[in-house]
Amino acid sequence: MAKAASSRSNNESGSKTGKSEPLIPNRERPDEPGRYPASKDELLEFYRQMLLIRRFEEKAGQLYGLGLIGGFCHLYIGQEAVAVGIQSALDGDKDSVITGYRDHGHMLAYGLDPKVIMAELTGRDAGISKGKGGSMHMFSTEKKFYGGHGIVGAQVPLGTGLAFGHKYNEDGGVCVAYFGDGASNQGQVYEAFNMAELWKLPIIFVIENNQYAMGTSVNRSAAEDQLFRRGESFRIPGIQVDGMDVLAARGATETALEWVRSGKGPIILEMKTYRYRGHSMSDPAKYRSREEVQSVRDKSDPIEHVKRELADAGVAEDDLKAIEKEIRKIVNEAADYAETAPEPEPEELYTDVLVGKY
Amino acid sequence: MAVEIKMPALSPTMEEGTLAKWLVKEGDTVAAGDIMAEIETDKATMEFEAVDEGVLAKILVPEGTDGVKVGTVIAMIAEEGEDAGDVSAPAADTPDKKAKAGESDAKPAKPETEKDEAPTKPARLESEARQPDPEVPEGTEFEKLTIREALRDAMAEEMRADGRVFLMGEEVAEYQGAYKVTQGLLDEFGPKRVIDTPITEYGFAGVGTGAAMGGLRPIVEFMTFNFAMQAIDHIVNSAAKTNYMSGGQMRCPIVFRGPNGAASRVAAQHSQNYGPWYASVPGLIVIAPYDAADAKGLLKAAIRSEDPVVFLENELLYGRSFEVPKLDDYVLPIGKARIMREGSDVTIVSYSIGVGLALEAAETLAGEGIDAEVIDLRTLRPLDKHAVLDSLKKTNRLIIAEEGWPTCSIASEISAICMEEGFDHLDAPVLRVTNEDVPLPYAANLEKLALINADQIVQAAKKVCYKD
Repeated sequence: MAKAASSRSNNESGSKTGKSEPLIPNRERPDEPGRYPASKDELLEFYRQMLLIRRFEEKAGQLYGLGLIGGFCHLYIGQEAVAVGIQSALDGDKDSVITGYRDHGHMLAYGLDPKVIMAELTGRDAGISKGKGGSMHMFSTEKKFYGGHGIVGAQVPLGTGLAFGHKYNEDGGVCVAYFGDGASNQGQVYEAFNMAELWKLPIIFVIENNQYAMGTSVNRSAAEDQLFRRGESFRIPGIQVDGMDVLAARGATETALEWVRSGKGPIILEMKTYRYRGHSMSDPAKYRSREEVQSVRDKSDPIEHVKRELADAGVAEDDLKAIEKEIRKIVNEAADYAETAPEPEPEELYTDVLVGKY
Repeated sequence: MAVEIKMPALSPTMEEGTLAKWLVKEGDTVAAGDIMAEIETDKATMEFEAVDEGVLAKILVPEGTDGVKVGTVIAMIAEEGEDAGDVSAPAADTPDKKAKAGESDAKPAKPETEKDEAPTKPARLESEARQPDPEVPEGTEFEKLTIREALRDAMAEEMRADGRVFLMGEEVAEYQGAYKVTQGLLDEFGPKRVIDTPITEYGFAGVGTGAAMGGLRPIVEFMTFNFAMQAIDHIVNSAAKTNYMSGGQMRCPIVFRGPNGAASRVAAQHSQNYGPWYASVPGLIVIAPYDAADAKGLLKAAIRSEDPVVFLENELLYGRSFEVPKLDDYVLPIGKARIMREGSDVTIVSYSIGVGLALEAAETLAGEGIDAEVIDLRTLRPLDKHAVLDSLKKTNRLIIAEEGWPTCSIASEISAICMEEGFDHLDAPVLRVTNEDVPLPYAANLEKLALINADQIVQAAKKVCYKD
């Protein structure tokens, strides 16, 4: 299911009387996106990546339980289709990505080595940030992955700045800035929306609406809970997408990229998704029922979804088992590596504060 | 091989917990994601999920057990093809004993350093780059420039030299600058590189920071630093910390600049010195020049720096003229104080507008037979403490003159440095001469009373010379 803002608005704006009626949006809109017609190999790759994220996150949760990972640790379980679907559509040579603190999945979807990610989670020198960032602060400038930011919503203006850079340098790149339903209430997000549209910056704002900002549901925190409409007063079109369907996520991204790359400015994708685990490892998640979580797992699990697609495409159960086995091996190796790699040298305490010498 | 299920840590601070309830029993088949037990932590009751698949062979800690240490084996799972009946508890200890025995085996892979003693701290390397100001060649012409012009020339020269440098802020382009610092830049560099922003400090500080992370070299002008309070999250959390948090991958070469400190009759919300705020943040460079030559040379250095720089100007100084050497590329070193006036009886340390007052005070003191040395810090972070201590060694008396509040000020910092590293050279207590510790009032008489003046500096200098 993918829904362009236009269709919704049109349904509601039939009457021409009364000032409180919504205005007919006399603006160009993106086309209604379709599900991406993935080949069998692409489907298998989506499955592989989503399963890698799922198993990696389960392992991270386990290592947290063992005290090997400390502090805050926000797992991506349930939301895998979003990062995998979107990032599969990007051009790794020129497009940039930025997100908040729930960042492990985005990094894995970008092909970063699970070992260096896990080693960052355990605070080791071999971690992608030399053990100095931790779960919430991971970066790979080489892959144009710009974090990994711990302050809710900060990545939205930062991503707008990356998009500013794409336009300034005329490099053809697009920035994808991910943020959650919670961050979508932050003031700085709207400051960024305003400048992004004003300057027609090449950016896709992806709202990962997993329904809960920590423990507060969207309905309890958002006056307009249809978050894809949040750009309307800035003339930024929005599309609501089934974020539990990797093909819908990919399809909507294709539409969004076409819009942005043609110079029409920013676009919003609201990905309706769900996290199975608590907000972070220390969240008992008492704000929702066990049945609610179980129901999503049973009916909408993104990995089971792809499994069904694969079965329809004639992929044998044994092939999937082989992938599962391969993924478990990768994840176990990453965990072993992260457990045994040495901590940073004490001298690292003082490095990387400043680049220059003064 | 059977899998040991260990008591999990379920919060950043949890060391032990209560195994409140088992939701599975021996012989049950569990799959990843199944909830196995409820565990009470120091904060909440948490559900504990299975990660591995198999048959629950043994429960080793019964429900209702208090004080179960993190890491204690609480159950065993038989894996595929294994007979649950053959699974035995780990040989060495019973779980209870293990809990009492402490953590020996409980957190096997926990890094050494998390045990009792803290790791030994390595010596911090002092910066070696202590280069002096570049020599101004003999015969160099000087020109009189206002600070406003010097700042504009610095930006224009750097923008000519490096296409990555651009300027953004409120009224910087078409209006030619709220304080006319950016006059003419739009004409020369066009709207692509001189960009008017909406009045959204938080937003455009973030956009600038993101652009710097992406490889550009933004100059972000705040109409005044009072408005940068809205943006301080990006200056501190995004710009200053990212290089460290990324292990040196993510640089942020950006300059945040604009007027700072008290202006004139604009009252409390528009009159504040943020020098001590930003100078307390590792990862930032903080510069606060006094005269036009320093404004130019240091702004050029700031734009070229690979690090985020907070560049604090002063509205009351914008129109003042100073001699500036006519050189093609006048760049000054960051982190280096300057002796503005040599003297032997007492040191007056200051920065920004305070330097002018200190120099005025030194003149008055000279008339009274006291030879004062005036040090302009110029950079507040990293602070040139060697210059301060060298001067203290010479004069044995030191006061700090700062247009700002006294509490947690740069003056406080200098005072601490003198205590810690210059104690043996002190012949009198270090004194702070600052504004009054109140929000700046509007009424002309009260404002005057609240702000630092040259006479107060004279009095303090006489006091430490025991000549008051």
